[in-house]
Amino acid sequence: MNAPKLRMQLQCPMPQLDFDVITLGHGSGGLLTHKLLDSGVFDLLKNDLLNEKHDGAVFELPAGTRTAFSTDSYVVTPVFFPGGNIGELAVNGTVNDLAMCGAAARYLSLSFIIEEGLSMKEFWDILVSVKYAAEKAGVQIVTGDTKVVERGKGDKIFINTSGIGTVHPQAAISQKRVKTGDKILISGPMATHGVAIMSVREGLEFQTSLESDTCNLNHTVLALLDQFGEQIHLLRDPTRGGVATTLNEIARDTQLGIELWQKDMPVREEVSSACELLGLDPLYVANEGVFIAFVAADSANEVLEALRGLEYGSEAALIGEVREDHPRKVILTSSIGGRRVVNMLAGEQLPRIC
Amino acid sequence: MKFISEFRDPELVEKYITEIRRTVTQPWSIMEVCGGQTHSLVKNGLLQLLPPEIRMIHGPGCPVCVTPLHLIDKAVHLAIDKGVILCSFGDMLRVPGSRMSLLEAKAKGADVRILYSPLEAVKIAAENPAREVVFFAVGFETTAPANALSVIHAHRAGLKNYSILASHVLVPPAIAAVMEDEDVRIQAFLAAGHVCAIMGIDEYYPLVEKYHVPVVVTGFEPVDLLQGILMTVKQLEAGEQRLENQYSRVVRPEGNAEARNIIGEVFEISDREWRGIGTIPGSGYEVREAYAAYDSNRKFDMPLEKAPENALCIAGQVLKGIKKPHECSQFGKACTPQNPLGAPMVSSEGACAAYYHFSQS
Repeated sequence: MNAPKLRMQLQCPMPQLDFDVITLGHGSGGLLTHKLLDSGVFDLLKNDLLNEKHDGAVFELPAGTRTAFSTDSYVVTPVFFPGGNIGELAVNGTVNDLAMCGAAARYLSLSFIIEEGLSMKEFWDILVSVKYAAEKAGVQIVTGDTKVVERGKGDKIFINTSGIGTVHPQAAISQKRVKTGDKILISGPMATHGVAIMSVREGLEFQTSLESDTCNLNHTVLALLDQFGEQIHLLRDPTRGGVATTLNEIARDTQLGIELWQKDMPVREEVSSACELLGLDPLYVANEGVFIAFVAADSANEVLEALRGLEYGSEAALIGEVREDHPRKVILTSSIGGRRVVNMLAGEQLPRIC
Repeated sequence: MKFISEFRDPELVEKYITEIRRTVTQPWSIMEVCGGQTHSLVKNGLLQLLPPEIRMIHGPGCPVCVTPLHLIDKAVHLAIDKGVILCSFGDMLRVPGSRMSLLEAKAKGADVRILYSPLEAVKIAAENPAREVVFFAVGFETTAPANALSVIHAHRAGLKNYSILASHVLVPPAIAAVMEDEDVRIQAFLAAGHVCAIMGIDEYYPLVEKYHVPVVVTGFEPVDLLQGILMTVKQLEAGEQRLENQYSRVVRPEGNAEARNIIGEVFEISDREWRGIGTIPGSGYEVREAYAAYDSNRKFDMPLEKAPENALCIAGQVLKGIKKPHECSQFGKACTPQNPLGAPMVSSEGACAAYYHFSQS
């Protein structure tokens, strides 16, 4: 675990409480709910807007700015995984979705659906991670909700976050702007998050030092937009379904062809070994702390250079380009020079027998 | 990755391609038996790199594809109607049964779990003494030792709630069945390297002799496959028929005696139905009488009618290499990976699925 994360855990010890697990009563809206929230939740995440303790947050955005709005739900299992937990995932995920719109996340809502019986210690650890991730990303949690469902009706805890962000003045990010010749960059190695999660899934446990790559990409993206503005045509974070699925969506929607070069695609050694063993293709494995950028061909090298100097971008690579000769298809030139179509996944990626 | 990246080296690949081009003078049809080899040929784009004279025919070595429909129906029946914890390798889940697939059964509330090892299923049985646990033991000779070992472990632990639904198939009888078919025109075989790692290579001498075909035991990486193809082409061009071992870094001629002992302890050879092909004599394993208590077929009363296959699916002809997947009238139309009519469109090792992805280029 990185040092600031650990420091925050030490600085935020769990308050003394007269309950050690979350019960149905904690979601009732009554006395127990208030006890839970007042016991430390509000204190931990405090800011002026949250302190109002109202049903919603009221705020103003800078005049004349475009606003981005996004929502996502988080159901990861296990809730705690190498390199993080569902709390920071829920903050980073929505912050990153906004970043992909070219927006700086300003305000988040945070809603929990908790399965009865979750230990208060685990809930607290998740909250501390939320606080850490929100501070790191520079976003405020301004409203939220807590519901508790009966045991067996949930999977420990589900989180929904929605976020509002202000769009960078120079950002012009849209699928419509993707055009033939655009270069495709990836900000870091693929498939790390998915494999880190797999390594602790029940029945699949294997030894690895891998950690999820969950992180906030907003500072990096905004720094790129400061420098390159309209040269950046499209940004996407290839989460579920991995790089292959995201690029297929773009090829389908833009009616353009995408060419990929396997030899240039960064994958950590441990990740590719694990994928080999598990019968998975890294192209389809989920990412959290990685984004793909479609950039104007003539500035691609400069963007890549800049990205490599930014937070979480040191292993960025140029992995492909947009072509018109195979519309709606993603075609990969394999490391050994063969070519194949990279398709959309038919369902969940299922491991092969041999 | 040590021991893998060397066999994906672009320069070596080019060297072998050039050498194959230089050696070949006429068209040859070579069957790669194993679905893992088909997958690797397609995934790495090797088929387009080969000279047009080399016609690779994709063999029946996809365990998921040849598992009979009624066994999938049994697995679904056990999961849905008998309420067992049904454990399976991942790619079995999407294969359509006559009623539904295991994935649909899971969505309907059945307890279906994806495992990488049957020993995990034994662990699940130990942790859930009140429930029956069934492992869907699919595969060739490669998965047989681990599946047999799971039965031995369960037996040693005194578990009464563990059994396997065995659907094991064997490679050499399948090669013989393919060669006996009058419509088949195959001139050489790449045998499946990992099967031979267990079984050794002796079983293939009689095949070489009887059918006068070169057989080259081959691995799965691009360089393995190209080297195997080159060895095969050299024999074909020279009019020779020998058994050769390209995969000698893994395959010892005698195989793995310990693994074979474990197989022999639990399984005996039996006739076996192959989906799309029919019954091949002596081509499967079933659980021995001594371990009958661990055989789901004997343990559970499963009054199931044998459902007919989809009449439009020509999987049998594809699996025997008589037809290429895209020569099927349903290919890519009524039959796609999202809505498969037959098993070869489901598994990533299935020839139809491989072609579906490949042919779109």
